[in-house]
Amino acid sequence: MVDFAQARQVMGNLPYCRALGIEIVDLGPGWAELVIPYRDDLIGDPATGVLHGGAVSALMDSTCGTAVICHPDGGVGTATLDLRIDYLRGATPGQALRARAECIRVTRTIAFVRGTAHDDDTGSPVATATAAFTVPGAAA
Amino acid sequence: MNLRGKPEPVQVVKERRDATLAALVGRVPFIRWLGIRFERHGDELTAVLPYEGRLIGNADLPALHGGATAGFLEVAAVIELTWTGLWAEVESGRVTPDQLRAHSAIRMPKTVDFTIDYLRSGLPRESYARARVIRSGRRYASVHVEGWQDNRSRPFVWATGQFVMPQDRDG
Repeated sequence: MVDFAQARQVMGNLPYCRALGIEIVDLGPGWAELVIPYRDDLIGDPATGVLHGGAVSALMDSTCGTAVICHPDGGVGTATLDLRIDYLRGATPGQALRARAECIRVTRTIAFVRGTAHDDDTGSPVATATAAFTVPGAAA
Repeated sequence: MNLRGKPEPVQVVKERRDATLAALVGRVPFIRWLGIRFERHGDELTAVLPYEGRLIGNADLPALHGGATAGFLEVAAVIELTWTGLWAEVESGRVTPDQLRAHSAIRMPKTVDFTIDYLRSGLPRESYARARVIRSGRRYASVHVEGWQDNRSRPFVWATGQFVMPQDRDG
């Protein structure tokens, strides 16, 4: 049974997410949606004002992880095994970035997760994520 | 490389290289925000991420947030790639640290994709990363980067990224 209140509480209090201003928008069984605000101190290329990839990967890792926590077979205490980010285009300066991730499949040991991030132009994704997470409780 | 004719005093060489690195690193707000610094030995760079409580992603273990580690490695990879590309130009005097500080001479490569393998959890202590340009062509480059903490031979994370190189200055 997924305890969404606990998931919100755990993810909402992660120090690194708080430092970046990452917040939960919405979540459900096996999926989650998180947002990171645009901030000048997170810029990666001052010539363009585009957010650094590190801000995008933090958003993606957090969103994918939250999706695992929210899966009926997942749970709090999951960890990222690997994460691939495809940077499809630069995020538009001044706009928040919103990511949605869902568990494609969860076995006894592994959760396979896919995520997509958008800015205000919802028709053109900024980045996609492909990740594998540990399933808490699985024998290491 | 020295195309200036006579050997330069070591202090001049050091100052030029340190100024180049400082110009490269100092212009990126995210690097400053995360608190990353670079140590240089000749042309070899080591990225250093001092530990801070805000980098934590799992309070129970505790462990560094995977996003913090990913950002650290991507910074290390991009700086290494840019540094490697600038080295010959700066050493020969074609590009000066002053020009770099004016930002006009620095074009950053664009990250196409970045894949991070988390080998063990990041402990709440200082992290180090060293990147290696595996291939660098006119348009594309591949960079591999390894992160470690206490023990150089036991990386806790590594990553590989593909990059599109910036166009020529007048291109």
